[in-house]
Formats: sequence, structure tokens, C-alpha cells
Amino acid sequence: MNGPGCQTPQPVVRLHEVSLRYGRTPALREITLDIPSGCMVGFIGPDGVGKSSLFSLVAGARAIQSGRIEVMGGDMADEGFRSSVLPRVAYMPQGLGKNLYATLSVFENVEFFGRLFGQGPQERNRRIGELLRATGLAPFSDRPAGKLSGGMRQKLGLCCALIHDPDLLILDEPTTGVDPLSRRQFWELVGGIRSNRPGMSLLIATAYMEEAARFDWLVAMNEGRVLATGTPHELLERTGSDTLERAFIGLLPSDRRAGHRPVEAGHRTLGDEAEVAIEARDLTRRFGDFTAVDHVSFSIRRGEIFGFLGSNGSGKTTTMKMLTGLLPASQGQAWLFGRPVDPHDLDTRHRVGYMTQTFSLYDELTVRQNLVLHARLYGIPENRVSGRVTEMAERFDLIHVIDTLPDALPLGELQKLSLAAAMIHGPETLILDEPTSGVDPVERDAFWRIMIGLARRDNVTIFISTHFMNEAERCDRISLMHAGRVLVSDTPAAIMKQRNVGSLEEAFISHLEEAVAQESPEAFPKTPQPPEARPPESEPSMAGRRAFLDLRRLLSYSWRESIELRRDPVRLTMAALGSIILMLVLGYGINMDVENIAFAWLDNDRTTLSRDYTHSLAGSHYFDERPPISDHAELNQRMRSGDISLAIEIPPGFARDAARGRPVEIGAWIDGSMPMRAETVRGYVQGIHQHWLSTRIQRESGAATGLFDIETRYRYNPELESLPAMVPAVIPMLLLLIPAILTALSVVREKELGSIVNLYVTPVTRLEFLLGKQIPYIVLALLSYLLLTALAVFLFRVRITGSFLALSLAATLYVIVATAMGMLVSTFMRSQTAALFTTAILTLVPTIQFSGLVDPVSSLGGVSRIIGEIFPATHFLIIARGTFSKGLGLNDLQGYFIPLLIAIPVLIGFGTVLLRKQER
Amino acid sequence: MRAAHNVFYLGGKEFRSLIRDPMLLAIILIAFTVMVYAAAAGTPETLNNAPIAVVDQDRSQLSQRIVSAFYPPYFIPTETTDPAEADRGMDAGRYTFSLHIPPGFQRDILAGRSPAVQLNVDATRMSQAFTGSGYIQAIVTGQVNEFVAGRREASAPPVELALRALFNPELNTSWFAAMMQVIDQITLLSIILTGAALLREREHGTVEHLLVMPVTPFEIMASKVWSMGVVVLAAGTFSLTVVVQGLLSVPVEGSIMLFVFGATLHLFATTSLGIFLGTFSRSMPQFGLLLILVILPLQILSGGVTPRESMPGFIQVLMLAAPNTHFVMLGQAILFRGAGIAVVWPQIISLALIGSVLFATSLARFRKTLATMT
Repeated sequence: MNGPGCQTPQPVVRLHEVSLRYGRTPALREITLDIPSGCMVGFIGPDGVGKSSLFSLVAGARAIQSGRIEVMGGDMADEGFRSSVLPRVAYMPQGLGKNLYATLSVFENVEFFGRLFGQGPQERNRRIGELLRATGLAPFSDRPAGKLSGGMRQKLGLCCALIHDPDLLILDEPTTGVDPLSRRQFWELVGGIRSNRPGMSLLIATAYMEEAARFDWLVAMNEGRVLATGTPHELLERTGSDTLERAFIGLLPSDRRAGHRPVEAGHRTLGDEAEVAIEARDLTRRFGDFTAVDHVSFSIRRGEIFGFLGSNGSGKTTTMKMLTGLLPASQGQAWLFGRPVDPHDLDTRHRVGYMTQTFSLYDELTVRQNLVLHARLYGIPENRVSGRVTEMAERFDLIHVIDTLPDALPLGELQKLSLAAAMIHGPETLILDEPTSGVDPVERDAFWRIMIGLARRDNVTIFISTHFMNEAERCDRISLMHAGRVLVSDTPAAIMKQRNVGSLEEAFISHLEEAVAQESPEAFPKTPQPPEARPPESEPSMAGRRAFLDLRRLLSYSWRESIELRRDPVRLTMAALGSIILMLVLGYGINMDVENIAFAWLDNDRTTLSRDYTHSLAGSHYFDERPPISDHAELNQRMRSGDISLAIEIPPGFARDAARGRPVEIGAWIDGSMPMRAETVRGYVQGIHQHWLSTRIQRESGAATGLFDIETRYRYNPELESLPAMVPAVIPMLLLLIPAILTALSVVREKELGSIVNLYVTPVTRLEFLLGKQIPYIVLALLSYLLLTALAVFLFRVRITGSFLALSLAATLYVIVATAMGMLVSTFMRSQTAALFTTAILTLVPTIQFSGLVDPVSSLGGVSRIIGEIFPATHFLIIARGTFSKGLGLNDLQGYFIPLLIAIPVLIGFGTVLLRKQER
Repeated sequence: MRAAHNVFYLGGKEFRSLIRDPMLLAIILIAFTVMVYAAAAGTPETLNNAPIAVVDQDRSQLSQRIVSAFYPPYFIPTETTDPAEADRGMDAGRYTFSLHIPPGFQRDILAGRSPAVQLNVDATRMSQAFTGSGYIQAIVTGQVNEFVAGRREASAPPVELALRALFNPELNTSWFAAMMQVIDQITLLSIILTGAALLREREHGTVEHLLVMPVTPFEIMASKVWSMGVVVLAAGTFSLTVVVQGLLSVPVEGSIMLFVFGATLHLFATTSLGIFLGTFSRSMPQFGLLLILVILPLQILSGGVTPRESMPGFIQVLMLAAPNTHFVMLGQAILFRGAGIAVVWPQIISLALIGSVLFATSLARFRKTLATMT
């Protein structure tokens, strides 16, 4: 597929002494390289030599540490230039669909990128239509990206990259983990696009040498350095090799080359007499009305290497999961070592090693720690653990990375680690799901030598799935799977012979095409139609648009975030229903009135006067009289156990002394363990005591009425009901906590899942990104405000006596502040757990303690006072109480709007500064 | 034996994960030191700086006596003669109380005409409103009684009331606030850590990996419960001994060991609750929401913010099912009242019971939902 020859008057990318290190590990060492424009440039080399690092630097996703990178004539270190050149670059990171959004449909994913590049609806829809038709994704345009097979995901990724007609397209291992048929279609598609846009430059990293052989120009890399550059032909000539794979090995330094020799498979055929290790009969698995695995049967003998081939999504992984007991079969049965698969059978698990398709060991443990954990969980005796770990690390050549975290390792090393972990306990059977996907040829061969050794020498049964045909040829027998069914099952030689073709790949594709043609001819068009050539005037529509704040880009993030929110009904229901429940529980539950205080007497006098005194207290509804106390020991004991909170002691001779005018003292003991309650009790007791005294005075002086009255009026809530007092306080609390928690995870989540890369490599600015993501949550919070207010007014019958307009205006400002607080936390946190905890701490404590919910802010002291004064909930609480209970309006409360108005730009500003536009 | 072995090693893995997240460790440290200190240092004495406006329209000897009886630090008095001014101040939230002494108050008292003073209380400021109004009534009555006793010959019985607060003689609220803060952080952190640890495995696909190994769901769950429990227990004990006892010099009456034992049972319950919430959520954002829904009632209605006996009956009963309620009771009893096991055994039994029920329910749910996690 040699495209139009390379035009090299002006290189598209120039690297000058570019170095990069992750911590102490160097990834790139002083690379100086000019990449010709208008070419399809391939980057080849083993895993971890720095291909991906180089790409992320060129795409602007990662900040340059040292050296100089020019892309299309400008310096990538310059932020201004970067934002002007990014609309002309498209970057597809490594990993299946890492920059896609799983809950968005195929169409919506492409649409999001279209919006991000500022395309109007008409232009956008036309482009999306063309791209989806061309890639054969059109029939699946409504399917969520998370439910696509690997090959389809890569095609979708390509659509997203091509939506804005980039001049430079960077694809990092686009076909890794993709089956041969899809891979072939993918390259036909790329070829078609190139013929329509001859000026476009492509940088592609690949692990498939037969793909690289068809590129225009190659860069061979090793250990962070460029080994050689040139056309494939030149490289072959220089090394005197006949295949690129050999040529590459020839380019390697001699010490690495030394270990390499061709793999000898040494096929063997096992007769019926050999013991059956794995058997499946009519194994079927349905998800809803979708049948993932459809009556699959096979039997694998002990010591056999059995290959499982098939397009992405054909049911290989599901079958393997059923064999391991991870998934129950809907129908049919499977046996391991003659015993039916039983998820509770722990003994069988000791005899099986399983390796999943995606890396699923612990990111937070080093290579050694992961291996040690596995060894221990498999019950290897403690004194043998360390020896076994070293043995596996040596066998898989992991010694040099033994104390490294998996995050810092390339895919190939990760795969070796997974395999080492699966084999640490010396299992009799290995079930390996695409173990070599993403591993370079040298390592793959090393890998296979180990497996063949295991099978031949140790009689280990190996059940393996792969996309590599040369690997399939090494298996004793293979099965071809498609759409949940086994198409053919035999030895590789017999399959080729039966189809009368020279290679297994051709046989495979011929089987697949036959199967596809039978079911849905349009699902996989035989030859994808490249998008129509477009007139040049529709060239990058965004190139000139470099506004500080572009509304369309901003709204594209809002649009996407709101779709994700809408697709998560659980979150929506919880936000709405939860608010109602909390309002009910808290509204009724928080009661500042201290009532029903348990108290008891220690009456040492027992006269009419002492009884008169006791009556004054017992009659009050604040107090709840308990059986009297007989002595001090009992008093102490009952106070300690919390049985009573107040004890009153009347001294002996109380009436006699009082009558004689001698000073008498009544003792009152209050439980001080809850100071607020104690203080209130003290006030009550003093009040009642004084009242008793005035009654005495008045009786002595013979007056008919009391000395005076105190008319106490509880303003704003005369009945002292709990709900009218608490509802205006609960609303600010809920409107802060729930929106803040929701937004707190929104950015950090993209960091954890990888889609943050779209912020790095597209022209969207940090402010647009943050505001765009914030808007849907503001809308959601406003809806929840309306719901809460309606609930308060119509269900709880709490009237808004003041201005509803003032309340709503304040609520709008307030929820903007609340969501901005969450966003701010989200910008500098690394993990969702940390973001969640931080937001909870930063919002819960100040809201409950410092915002005036319990104690007015004016009576707080020290740090709490300062926190209280600047905390937004404080001000909204005053506005809410003012408008709900005190009949106030905008004029009376304007002073409390100002702190909210200040908080918004401050919080958003901080968020923008703290968010990174490039990975460091 | 094998199970204990697995639970131990899997728990060790959780520690390693935690150490890899320095930001999270920093926040945990802040939560148990700075937040506890700030809450304690800043919480006012219950009646502290209560703003009161006294409208003195009498301008007599008695009324001036009353005015001068309100002084800091309990009250911030403002004297005025204009009732409208006081009303505006209350509307704007400047005053919590306003006391109106009508013209001719002293004259009417001495004439035995029983005049009335009016006390306006801002009922939206619940805590000050109730504590303060009792005080104000007592102060005014006291002043009037003394005044009348001096003027008239009528001798009231010279009965004094000697008020003493047990366990916290100065009614120092910072003690209470510091302790409640420790208890709240223990609850919050334990739920978040375990729930998030489960969701993390789920989002990263590592649960699936564990399940092909000879490891049971019980072991996975128990490993998270013990490891996260230990982290929180260590942080809580540190906070209690170093920050609360040391920095804030709060005297702890009872046995810290007994409290730590109670906290262990509490953590058994809350970490199980964390797993329980984790099984209900498919993603971290869902877990975050659930967390807020659960933690708010737990913290506010446990008896740590307002007294339990003042809550409506059904809430009191409902909250008996929450581990927090019992833990707050136990904490108050041990730390303040110096109660021993003879007093707190009902709370200990309740915590153990709630913990076991939560653990068993969570384990059942965890087993059931495992199929959907892979």
C-alpha cells in the first residue's frame, strides 16, 4: 500500500536532542530526528523503547523535559503555538479505546470530537456519516463504545481522530489486539484516506512487522535511541535480511541479538489414550438476548497446546471465563481434569493458572510484591516463596524491573509479569487470554519457548488465544471462533490444506469472510469505502479560532458530561430521592430544643417546703422525673451510667433553716459530658429557681400577682417547630454536599480512566474544560434546589415568607460555588478515593460545625471563625433563613451575596491554574 | 488456616496500596489532626458572645441594673431606646435576642402592678435561642428579686442554688467537640476506605483475578475489613492520645484501652457498611452519592450534635440501628464520665451485634454481586 512517495522539502516533525525520564528511569535519550512529511512513517522496536513516550511528546500530551520538538514548523514547548497547531494534529493513544467514552454511543463519540473542533451540526453530521460508512461502523452507531469489540473500538478511535481532517495523524499501536480480518480492513481504510488526502502525514507505532513492511519510511528504536531510519527496502538491504523481523533483530546490539533463535514448535499429536485435561460440551452463555458463546465443544489432552483464534468479540474470552468458573454457563458443561467446573472448588484453582486479556494485577504493588502476593495466595510454603519468585523472575527476564511499579512498565513487560504470576504455583493447566498481545517479536519468541518447554517437558496443558498467525502455527491444534461458534477445529496444517491456501492467515480470513457473508453482509463490508474527497475549503475549520473562551468547545464538554449523567439513572435517582429522604430525616431529627431531661432528687429534708421546691421542677415539660436518689454513691453511679443528666440535692434542715433566715444551699449536679445540653439545663434550672424565689417573695409580701412577667416570643418560628427551623438549614447543606461530591470525581475519574488525554491533545482550554464539565452539574443542582423547595413548601408546609426570587438567585450562585469546590478538589487529586475523602472532609465538617447550623458564626473563635466567615454555606444559610423565616428580600440580604459572588471566580480560577494541560 | 493466611496477605496488600497514595495519606493525617484541633479550638463555649439588644425605655435604677447584668464573654450587649432598631437588627441576624423593658417598669414593680418585660428570641438560631433564653430569664428575675428584696422589707428565703457540672466542671465545649470530631472522622474514613478499596478492584478488574485464585469472597472482604480497620484505628488512637489528650489537654476520665476496644467493634460495623455500600455502586461517583446519603444522618443524628433524648421518638428508635449512636454513647461514657465495662456493656453488645449483622449482609451481597463485577 505504498502511498504517494514522501515529499521531504520540509520535515513534519523535527526532534533535536530530546530526552525524557520517568523518575530515574530514562525513556528517551537525546533523540535527534527529522520525520519527512506526507509519509506513512512506522516506528518499530521492542516494548518500552520509548515509542509511546515519543508520540505523546509530539502530540503535545506530555510536557517536554529537555530538547526541542518542532511540529509543522513551530516549537511545541510554546503554549501559544501548541494551541494553534493542535487542531491540525490527531492522536490516538495506545490501548483499546482509551480516549473514548464507554457510555456514549459510537455516533456520540465521534460527535463529541466534532463539537470539540467547533464543527457546526450540518458539517459534523455529514462527516460522521461518511466516516461511519467508510469504517463499516454505521450499523452500530447506537451501540455504546464500551460494548464494542477491540477491532471496532480501534476503528471508532480512528473516526474520532479523522473527524477534523488532521494534517498529522499519530496512531500508537492501532492494531494491537485486533484480529487479522479487522486489521486488514483497518489498513485498507487508512490507505483509502491517504489517497484522498495525500498531504497527510502519519506516524504509526506497530508490533506487527508485516504491517511495517508496507510503510513508506521506518524508524527502528531501541532503549530510548534511534537505531536506524530509512525505507523498508533500505533497512532490508543494510542488514542483508529477507524479512523485516530478521532485519530488526540484525539491527539490535549484539548482546540482545545473542539470545534469539527461531522457535522450534515440535508438534505432537496425542492419541485418544491421553488423559483429557479440559473438556467442554455444548457450552453456551447468553447475556440477555445476546448469545456470546453458542454450543461450543472441545476436548484438550494433557500436555497439548490448544490455540483459540477468532475475531474480536467472538466469545473466546467468555469461553475461557466459563472454564475458570468466573462466569456460570447458561447451558452445557465444562470439565477440568474430569471434574465439572465448580466456582467453589478451591482445589481445582490450585491446578490452573489464568491470565486475563487486560492487565489485572495490582498497579500499586511492585513486580516483586505482586509475585510474592500470588505465591502466598496459592499457598506456597513461606520458606519457598522467595526462591520461587526469583525463579519466575529469572525465567521471564523480569529481574531488572523487579522493584518497579507496573505503571512504569511497557505492555510487553506487563504481559510477562501476568504470565509469571499465572505460573507461580506450577499449575498443570494454563488458560491464557491473548498473552502476547502488544509484545514485540523477540519477546514473543522467548515467551513461546517457555511455553513449549512447559508443554513438552512438564506436560502442562496450555489453552491459549492469540491473533498472531505464526503463533497459531505453533499450536498442536487450533479452533477458529466467530460470533460465539466454532467454525473449524483441527491442526494448523490440516486447516490450510482443507482451504487449499498457503498461509494460516489466508485460511482464517477465508473462513471468517464466509461466516460473515452468511449473517449480515453490511456489518463488515468487504472493502470499506474511503470517505469522499472533500473540497479543500473545508480544511481545518478551527485552525484560526483561538479565542480565550470558545463557547462551542465548552458546550461540547457540557453536552458529553450531561449524556453520561443521563445514562446513569442510578446517580440521578439517588441525587433526587436521597435529597428528599435526607430532608425528611434531618428536618425531623435535628432538634436544638433540649427536652425530656432525665433528673432525680436527693431530698434529705422531706418537708412541705422541699416538696414545694421539687414540684416547681417536676412540673416543667423540660424535665422527666426519675425515681429519687437515696445517697451520694447512688447519685454518682447514676450520673456515670448516663441514667440521669441532672440531680438536685436538698440539704437536711432545708425548711427549718430557710424559715429562720439562715443561708441554705440547694445543690444541683449536671452531667457536663455534653456541654451544650448542660448549659441549657443550667439555664432552665436557674430560671426555675429564680421563679420559685419570686413566688416566695410575692407570697411573703402577700401580693396577689407575681412581681413581673417575662413574655418570651420566639420570633420567626413562634411554635418552635422543628421543621420550619431546620428546613432552611438542611437545604444549604444538601445543595453543597451532593453537587460537590458529584463534581469532585468528574476530573479525577478521567485521569484514572485515561480519557483526560483528550484535554491534552485537543485545542480545548483548561477553563473551557472545567466550565464545560461544571455546567451539567449546576443544572442538576438547580433542579434539586427546586425539588427541595417544592418539598419544603408543599409537603412540609414551611412557608417562604420573604422573596423567592432572592432565594433562587442566591441558590444559583451557591450551587455554582458548590460545584466549583468539587471541581477544584478534582483538579489536583490523583485517585478517586482521595478526591472523595477530601471533598467529604472539606464540606461535611465546616457545614455541620462552622457554618452557623448549630452555633452562630459570630460566636465561633479562632480558625473556625475564619473558616465560618469565608465558607459559602454560612452566607447561603443566612439568606435561606432570611427568605424562608424572616420575610426578607433582596435588599435586606444583598450583603450576603457578595461573598458568593467573590467565591465563584476565585474557585474556578484556582481550578484552572491547578489543572494541567499536559502530562508531566 | 489457609483462610487466615490469605486474609492476612491480602490485607497487607491494602496497606501497600494506601502507601502509594501520598495525597490520601496526607488528607487522613489532616483529618485526624488539623480538623480535630480546629473543631476543638474554635467551638465556642455554649453561651459565648450571644448578641443581645436591650431596649431600655424605662431608664430607671432597676432597668440599668438589668442592662449591666449582661456582659461579655457570655453576651455582647447593645443598649438602645428604639425598638425598631432592635427589630431591624434581629431581621439582619445581628442580634439573637432583644429584651424590651417598658417605660415605668420599676414604678410598676414597686407598686405591685406586675409589669411585663418582653424577650424576643431568634428561633432560627436554635442552640443559642434555647440556652440563652433560660439564662436571660434567670438574670432578669435575679436582678428584680434582689432589687425588690432590698427595697421592701419582705425577706425572701435566702436559698442559694449551687450548680456544679460533673465530668466537665467548666462545661468546656472544646473537649466535647474534639472527641466528637475523632468519632466522626473514624466513621467517615472507615466507610470510604473500604468501599473505595472494593470499587477500585472492581474498576481495575483485579477482583476477577482474585477469583481465579484459591481465594474466597469471605477472605477478600475480611482482608479489607481488617486492614482498613487497623489504619483507621491507628489514626483514631493517635488523634485521641496525641491531639486530644496532648495538644488540647483534654482530660480523659476512663480507660483508653476500653475505648479502643469499643472503636474496634465500631470499625467492624462501619467497614462492613463500606463494603455494603460498595456492592450497591457500580462506579465511584455512585458510591460518593450513597456515602453522603448515609453519612449525614449517621453523623448528625447519632447524638453527637444534638442530644438524643430531644429527638422525635421514631428517629431515636431508627438511630438505634446505627453503629454511630452506640459508639457516641460509649465514647461519652468512657472518655468523659470514666465509665467502665460495667456501664458500657450494653453498647458493646449492640456494636458487636450490629457489626455481625452488617458483615453477614454485606458478605451475602458481595457474593451475589460478584458475578456482575467481572
